[in-house]
Amino acid sequence: MTTGLQVRNVSKNFGGLRVARDITLDLPAGARTALIGPNGAGKTTFANLIIGALEPTSGSIYLDGHDISKLPEATRVGAGIAKTFQITNLFRSLSVRDNVRLPILERERRTASFLRRYDGDSAVEEEVEKTLAEFQLLPLADHLVRNLAYGQQRLVELALTLSLKPRILILDEPAAGVPSSDSHLIIDAIKRLPADLSVLIIEHDMELVFEVANRIIVLVNGTILVEGTPQEISQDPKVRELYLGAGHG
Amino acid sequence: MSANSTIAAARPQIRGAATFLPPIILLAGAFVAFWLFPYDLGFMTRILIMMVFVLSFDLILGYAGIATLGHAAMYGCGAYAAGLFAIHVSADPLLGLAIGAAAGALIALVSGLLLMRAHGLSLLMLSIAVTMVLQETASKARGITGGADGLTGISMGPVLGIFEFDFIGKTAFWYAFCVLFVILLVLRVVVASPFGLALRGIKDSPSRMRAIGTPLYRRKVAAYVLGGAIAGIAGALTAQITSLVSIEAFNFALSAEVMVMLVLGGAGRLYGALIGTLVFMTVHHIAAGIDPFNWLFVIGFMVLAVVFFLPEGLISLPKRLMRLD
Ligand SMILES: Nc1ncnc2c1ncn2[C@@H]1O[C@H](COP(=O)(O)OP(=O)(O)OP(=O)(O)O)[C@@H](O)[C@H]1O
Ligand SMILES: [Mg+2]
Repeated sequence: MTTGLQVRNVSKNFGGLRVARDITLDLPAGARTALIGPNGAGKTTFANLIIGALEPTSGSIYLDGHDISKLPEATRVGAGIAKTFQITNLFRSLSVRDNVRLPILERERRTASFLRRYDGDSAVEEEVEKTLAEFQLLPLADHLVRNLAYGQQRLVELALTLSLKPRILILDEPAAGVPSSDSHLIIDAIKRLPADLSVLIIEHDMELVFEVANRIIVLVNGTILVEGTPQEISQDPKVRELYLGAGHG
Repeated sequence: MSANSTIAAARPQIRGAATFLPPIILLAGAFVAFWLFPYDLGFMTRILIMMVFVLSFDLILGYAGIATLGHAAMYGCGAYAAGLFAIHVSADPLLGLAIGAAAGALIALVSGLLLMRAHGLSLLMLSIAVTMVLQETASKARGITGGADGLTGISMGPVLGIFEFDFIGKTAFWYAFCVLFVILLVLRVVVASPFGLALRGIKDSPSRMRAIGTPLYRRKVAAYVLGGAIAGIAGALTAQITSLVSIEAFNFALSAEVMVMLVLGGAGRLYGALIGTLVFMTVHHIAAGIDPFNWLFVIGFMVLAVVFFLPEGLISLPKRLMRLD
């Protein structure tokens, strides 16, 4: 059986705008793949197609060989796909601790239970505290997320998503908006991820890309321009042209 | 380190106080009101029932963030079900409450399966439409419901087989109070549960809830059904205590007033629902007594003031005052 994620000929149109064109790619177990490309290339849209927030116009997506193209987002997440949001999307009126606790409870399929306390399970609580500590969020644990600086919210965004313990993880510009003094927290967290987890990281920061990815896909206008190792990509004339601009020759 | 352990040591005490103080205040308040205003028991009982009703709406709007204008649907169904049950089956009040709860839950389930797929304006419209359909049905089914004249002929047996409903309304007052008290305790458990946390998550960000794998629709329907059951209990209480179910139980104004009372007191806090109902109904009572034609002005200005100066409702007033000094 094929494990991991397979995307086959996926296209997405917004009216007349073709944002994804015939994209095919594999995200096997243990992948560390970066998706790069200019603004508006369709990277976020592609992430939304994988997780099921958007429905593809055509094409299929498989998880471990099963067609998941028709499954709703929540089911796909339950099956082990998770993503961070490019623009932080958190529970703003909940505390940092509850923002981490809620996905863990959901992962454990607890949120239908209404007779016990949400903070009553010691295994869950232990995991919550451990996750907060990992991201150095313990001092902020009781603060409401809406009162946090944006950079801190980015950390919560990553902590929340990782606490789902996904098998397929999509990170949509995880370091954007994080002050450079804290970006090592993001990079360290990505490096600490279990080896067999598949990661697709969308990122503009090339330093971060080269540090964590062993494969890079360049997306332009909804199509894959080139695909290869970081070395191949950095030497590819098409990519150099794209990033340096035609005028630099 | 020492600061941390102080906080850790203080937290259980704070939580203990927050757990026990409000119900004690509520109980004490009921006793004081009972002794101070022995001639207003009927009015105070209406407040208690309305508190149950507004609490049920708090679960739906305040916690899950589901804004509807049709909460009277469940209240009305609970009232008619309990009234008909008392007339045709059993005069036992508690059994009647259970029937009211079941009716409220059922109509919430049936309508919720549709409503919980809608959002925003279409949800408001659909929820109003459901209530209108029910009102029209109750009005047309004259043979069963009494139509526009209302359902009459309800007479209740003693509560628990012991406490007869009396002329002054003492039993009714304490009966309604006990129901309110139990509902409050139940809701406190529910909102402190994983389910309750999930509802607050849904209110904050539905898209994020989906992205953590929550079956949003199911959770919302569940919340709507639970809220509907409690609204049904409020309706049943009214039917039992007033011995009458009026077609007005399905009135649009009732659904709207519930929302106003909740916002006035502060949504998503449970106790805000109680404060909002108390203030709204008391001001309404006094203002209407002074000037039966212009009392809406007073209510209107009060709501305006609260929304502008205390967007989190009257319950946030102490916190606001403390921050000012
Ligand atoms: N819901 C939508 N409806 C219509 N057009 C959309 C929608 N979402 C995205 N687009 C358009 O699709 C194109 C791709 O957007 P997308 O957000 O996927 O790009 P991106 O590669 O993530 O860009 P960035 O690097 O700025 O994040 C853009 O032109 C955008 O305006
Ligand atoms: Mg993007």
